[in-house]
Order: sequence, then structure tokens, then C-alpha cells
Amino acid sequence: MSDIPADLKYIASHEWVRVEGDGTVTVGVTDHAQDALGDVVYVELPEVDVVLSAGDEAGVVESVKAASDIYTPLSGTVIAVNSTLEDAPEQVNSDPYGEGWFFKLRLADAGELDELLDADGYADVCDADT
Amino acid sequence: MSSALKRTPLAEAHEAAGAKMVPFFGWEMPLHYGSQLEEHHAVRSSGGIFDVSHMTVVDISGPDATAYLQRLLTQDVATLAPGQASYGALLNEAGGVIDDLIAYRRGDGYRLIVNAATRDGDLAWLETHRTGAVEITERPELAMLAVQGPEALARATAWLGAAAPALAALPPFAFLEDGDRFLARTGYTGEDGFEVVLPAAEAVDAWAALLAAGLAPAGLGARDTLRLEAGMNLYGQDMDQTISPLEANMGWTVAWAPEDRAFLGRDALAAQKAEGVPTRQVGLRLEGKGVLRAGLEVFEEGADGAWDPVGTLTSGAFSPTLKEGIGLARIKATVPKAANLAVEMRGQYRRVLRCRPPFIKKRS
Repeated sequence: MSDIPADLKYIASHEWVRVEGDGTVTVGVTDHAQDALGDVVYVELPEVDVVLSAGDEAGVVESVKAASDIYTPLSGTVIAVNSTLEDAPEQVNSDPYGEGWFFKLRLADAGELDELLDADGYADVCDADT
Repeated sequence: MSSALKRTPLAEAHEAAGAKMVPFFGWEMPLHYGSQLEEHHAVRSSGGIFDVSHMTVVDISGPDATAYLQRLLTQDVATLAPGQASYGALLNEAGGVIDDLIAYRRGDGYRLIVNAATRDGDLAWLETHRTGAVEITERPELAMLAVQGPEALARATAWLGAAAPALAALPPFAFLEDGDRFLARTGYTGEDGFEVVLPAAEAVDAWAALLAAGLAPAGLGARDTLRLEAGMNLYGQDMDQTISPLEANMGWTVAWAPEDRAFLGRDALAAQKAEGVPTRQVGLRLEGKGVLRAGLEVFEEGADGAWDPVGTLTSGAFSPTLKEGIGLARIKATVPKAANLAVEMRGQYRRVLRCRPPFIKKRS
């Protein structure tokens, strides 16, 4: 069983969102996603200051198995990226909700948060996946 | 119509060890036991153990066995003494590779170990070309383990028992038989070690004893990156029935002498050798960060700065040892060695350096 923290939001393409409460969010890929990918060996992150719309490609994660696009669940401006993943991509596997985070956004429209899945909703997506 | 996947005698042991089991050419096999990268590193730094019981073991015997195999294989089995083995291929008449294999010369015949994916076609080919007094016996009741790594032999010493010193003293591609254990200094990782063919009923105990000796269970994922770093071909990717051994860096497996050995595919190969091969296999290393993948197109930089397609990656991976993208590619033979090469990844041309595999130094 994969770990799906109750305090996070999710989208069906297996990214998670932590609402920081100051108009910003942190985004990463879920435990279910990292498990399905296998060992992550390379991560391509968006550039800081880039403006993204919800659903845009925001990066790539390459595992021993395959390359997968990372999508931004929300619209906004990239304010930080986790550049430690360049040299330690395995953090995506070992700590997907912590040190394995991908990027932070300043939200363009906080209303979009209502569109996201909660932990139960995301658990249903994972069940349907397997 | 669905048919159940075949399971090796060790399937339950894999599941108990936490393996992620995947379908693999009709077999249910372990992909990894948690981390493919850690398994790869374990084999390079100490030792690992692979269940390769899906491989097909075929024994060839009878008074005409030598002449028969001399007609079917690229290598000349007549040059093997009992206890010696060699790597080579079965070719079709057009010189294409039906399969790659190892042929072992035993006291009273030969053993061939061929790929699981090609089993049916190989057996049909062997039967079609059978002449004279030759018996062909598949040995599905046997299991096979690969024990690989710099500490593989040392860690397996207790399990090997009295055979340990003799096995350790053998050169690569030699083998010995210790009771019903067939022990060969072969492998698919570029590391020291051995492979053992043994009765299926003994496989579970052997697996447990070797794990207890500190050998790490390793799956198909690590097996693939290990063989690629060692510059070894994977049948169905790096060569197939449409590719000759001369185009797949397997020219060294072809025994041209004696000249009158009319092995199947010889005429086509000789003609290709005289005319020059249309494509050749090269190693590629990706400049900068990223991963090479099978199927990527390879481009050569033209005089005008444009990129012209010249071939395709047949294998690609992230090399856990080198920490860079590596791959094998088949490119037009006319591409000069000094040409600038690139692959197209996500809309960008990324430079790749041509090299001669292996990507890592062989240590055995």
C-alpha cells in the first residue's frame, strides 16, 4: 500500500500539492508514482519565474524504466525548484513528500485548489490504476 | 486465449524476498527486489545472484553431434575440449541471427544454453536441420542461477564445497560438473563469477544458501544495465533475424577456419564481409545529464550544420556505475568515426560520444 498523506492535495496524474497557506504551494510526485517508476535517475525541473497554467508540462522524471512528464496541478509562477534533485534524484524514491519535492508555485488562482483531489479521492485513483 | 505465465522453481522465494514480478517472454520473473540500482551496485561491488531458470537448456548428443553443430553454429565446436565453452550464434541462410547462445563441450556431447524468448524458434530450427545420429533433448527440469560479482566465488565457497577451488581456478568460459551441478565461468554482467545449472528440486536450497552467504538477490532490471555496461548484446534488441553478426559486434564469434566448414549463413556472411556491412554497432555516451533509451534516433551533423538521421539506439539506459546515459546503436557504416553525433530527446539534439563497448572495464 502506498503512502497518501491526509494533509496534501492530489491530481490523477500522481502529483501532490502542499498548500503552504501564504499563497504558495509545493509540488512533487506521489509515493504511488515513485513506486511505479522505480529508481529515479534524472529529474528535469522547470525554470524559476516561469509562468505555468494548470495541466502544463513542468518537467520530466526519468527512472530506470521510463521517462514521464511532470504536470503542474495549478496555475502560477515558479518561485523555487529543488535543485538538489540534480545530484540526488533518488530522493524522489526515498522521500517523495519531503526531500523529493519538485517545485514551488505562487498561485495565480487559489480557486483552483477546489479542483484537486483529497487523499481519499486520490486513493480511489490508485486503486483503479492497479 | 490467455495462457498462464510459467514460474521458475524460485518464484515463491522471489515473492518472499519482496520481488516485483513481471511477465517476461512467457515467464513470471523478478524485475527487482526494491531497488534495481542497489542490486546493480551490489553486483559490481560484492556479489549478486540472479534466477535465470527461464533460459533454455538443450543437450545435443549422438555420434554426429559435432558435425551437426559445426553446421549450425558460428563458432566451431570441434575446437572445444571437454570442459570448454564458447559464445556464438545460430544464423539463418541470409546470415541473420536466429539467436545467440553458449555451447558447452561435455565429455559425451554438448549443452546449448539459449534465450527464453527464442526457445520455440530455436528448437524448431535445431529439429529442421537435424541430420545423422543426433539427439536433441531440452532440459526443462533444470534450474539455472547466475552468481556474479568480485566476491561471488568467495561468498559461494561453502555452498560449492569441494568444487570451489577447481571452479575458481578455471578461466572464463570453462566449466566443470560436480555431481548434478553444472558450474560454468560464464555470465552476463562483465564481472567475475559463475553460472550453475542444477536440478529444479535443488534450486530453492541453493538460492537460500547463497543469499545467506551475503549474495544480493538481483532482478532482470539490474541484469540489463549490467550487461549493457559490459557491452553485451540483448537478443531481440541489439540483433535479430534481419541483422548479421558482423553488424552486431559479433564478428569475433564467427570461426571462418576451416574454410570448408559450411555453417548455415556462411555464404551470406562471406558476401557481406566482401562487400562491406551496411550498418555497424557502436557504443554511445550521452553528454551531460539524462538517460538514453532504446528506439531513439541517431543523427550525424552534416557540413551545413543540419542533423541527418543515420541510425537508431538498440539498447539504452542510465549507467549506474558511470552515472550517465549509455547505449548501443546501429548506424550506417558510412558514418565517419570522427562525425558529430546526436540523439533527439524531447525536441532537442543532444550530443553523444561514440565509443567502443564495453563501457566499463571487464574485471573477470
